[in-house]
Amino acid sequence: MMRSLAWYQLREEIEDFLYLEADLLDQRRFKDWLDLLAEDLIYFMPMRRNVKFGQHAERENTKQGEGISWFDEDKWTLGKRVEQILTGVHYAEEPLSRVTHMVSNVRLLDVRPSVEDAQEVTAGCRFLVYQNRIEYENFTFVGRRTDELRRVGTSWQIARREIILEQNVLLAKNLSIFF
Amino acid sequence: MHTMIDAERGIISREIFVSPHCYREELEKLFTRAWLFIGHESQIPDPGDFFVSRMGEESVILCRDAQGAVHVFLNSCRHRGMKVCRYEQGNTSLFVCPYHSWSYTTDGRLQGVPLYRALYEGTLNREEWSLIEVPKLALYHGTVWASWDPQAPDFLDYMGDAREHLDHVVDCRDGRPGGAEVIGVHKWVFPSNWKFAAENFLGDTYHNPSHRSVDMIGMGPSGQRGASSRRDNEYAGGQRFWVGFPQGHGLTGALMPADTDYVSTYLHHPIVDEYFRHCFHERKRRLGEKARILPLVGTFFPNASYHGRQPRGICVWHPHGPTETEGWRFFLVDADAPAEVKDVLRRYYMRYSGPAGMTEQDDMENWLYATAASKGTIARRYPLNYQMSMGAYQTNDPIPGDVSLQITDQTPRNYYRVYRSYLESAPWDVLIGCPSMRAAAE
Ligand code: FES
Ligand SMILES: [Fe+2]
Repeated sequence: MMRSLAWYQLREEIEDFLYLEADLLDQRRFKDWLDLLAEDLIYFMPMRRNVKFGQHAERENTKQGEGISWFDEDKWTLGKRVEQILTGVHYAEEPLSRVTHMVSNVRLLDVRPSVEDAQEVTAGCRFLVYQNRIEYENFTFVGRRTDELRRVGTSWQIARREIILEQNVLLAKNLSIFF
Repeated sequence: MHTMIDAERGIISREIFVSPHCYREELEKLFTRAWLFIGHESQIPDPGDFFVSRMGEESVILCRDAQGAVHVFLNSCRHRGMKVCRYEQGNTSLFVCPYHSWSYTTDGRLQGVPLYRALYEGTLNREEWSLIEVPKLALYHGTVWASWDPQAPDFLDYMGDAREHLDHVVDCRDGRPGGAEVIGVHKWVFPSNWKFAAENFLGDTYHNPSHRSVDMIGMGPSGQRGASSRRDNEYAGGQRFWVGFPQGHGLTGALMPADTDYVSTYLHHPIVDEYFRHCFHERKRRLGEKARILPLVGTFFPNASYHGRQPRGICVWHPHGPTETEGWRFFLVDADAPAEVKDVLRRYYMRYSGPAGMTEQDDMENWLYATAASKGTIARRYPLNYQMSMGAYQTNDPIPGDVSLQITDQTPRNYYRVYRSYLESAPWDVLIGCPSMRAAAE
């Protein structure tokens, strides 16, 4: 993609959107966050396996649409997860965790149909999510994300999110937060 | 041990959940003897296939050799102890140790020793330096189990009357024996003693209130149709039972009336509902009276727990330190179920179970803080209470085992009675509850 002025503007727009989204989560505005998700959302976090050199492309990550992953969900499920937190008796998030999402290394991987008329964007980023719970529980989740974003009016919606967490055995008791 | 576990009065010291000493004793005396769940044959269908599993704290390799026979080996080189396999799963003709390149065939024999002629000829007898293999291995309806104790009773004696309940979990939904496949394995660590998880699955129905949030929102199999609760109401009209077995196993399920008809499930997915309707009638036809039992949850002593229907899988609570557990959950479906059925099931399993599961997250919270709050000097002076439904059970009525028809601590009392016997290095006839020995112990 040509680094035109439009390209830089678009990247900034996408960065702004991702930061805003992270902020909604950190501020626990979960319902507002749900509004940023497309109705046909795919939200996917594979498990990562230790495989032989040369087999990574084929076997390292569990696959979306088959078998078991950490998350392979749609908007309905994420809505249920939000509802669950809002019951006030979901003890894994009651009292609520303190969470900060750091988003960085934002890159435009693909823009359709064109940079000048961007309707769909594939954006890559890195995340570092810090979760602190009750008193002494600390979890740090680090990884990569690939988001398919769709323009809706003056803003964007997330149509697909792939979350690659850099862990094999999950080193956290729960994945009770959003990524 | 006698002072820590008073199973008869239902009083159990917190020490067994936090003490490094008790933990070491468990590793030495319990995990070296009991039959442990290793994996499933569907994970290693072909010669050379392997899956790295665990027994207690130790890594083991489950593998199918070139001839098709199944083995379980300690994952440690006989030379200097290096882990010979650090991949989780795959296919190989040799396990080549990364350290000095000794290599082992898939039946465990030491084959390659670099510079053998020059350095070892006449001294090293390769026959004697095979990978260390479990002396007792059992394949049962697709599941693989092993024990490190050459004197251990056969697997079926170890399972006793709990075996029929294992069938209800691992057999096809239509009653054919075996036929399940593992569609994925969750692995995660959490700071809780492993027994809090294992005993929860003995049938702690009393902890339902901690799952109120999932029942309120209705994320169950028919949740998309507005059904509340985390499961379909398959057990309605049945007699719930909680049952313990002399070998320490414990579980809960329901005994359905003989004329029970199929209860619609997965209402949002007609193909899945139809599949289970078909399976229900087939199962009834094949199993007859036995089909009246619907499984719910249970633990096969010491640490192989299961969900029997909604969802369905086996979870092993591996000891990972006195106050740490590594959970490995193996998710099961019928291998020959239609693709749409498998897809709906896996999605339900993921939103229910494990660290990302809406239901089980709340369990983890409980187990973590039960462990944390039991560590203190003062806390350890005060034992935990296991006195619920004292004496309220009958033996072998209406099904085999010590059966309670109300929520009970009888199953954990029984579990810890057996646990205590392992830590006292009791002989096998006591451990598997040979009737006369059992009477004496009580
Ligand atoms: S430790 Fe395995 S070859 Fe030396
Ligand atoms: Fe639970």
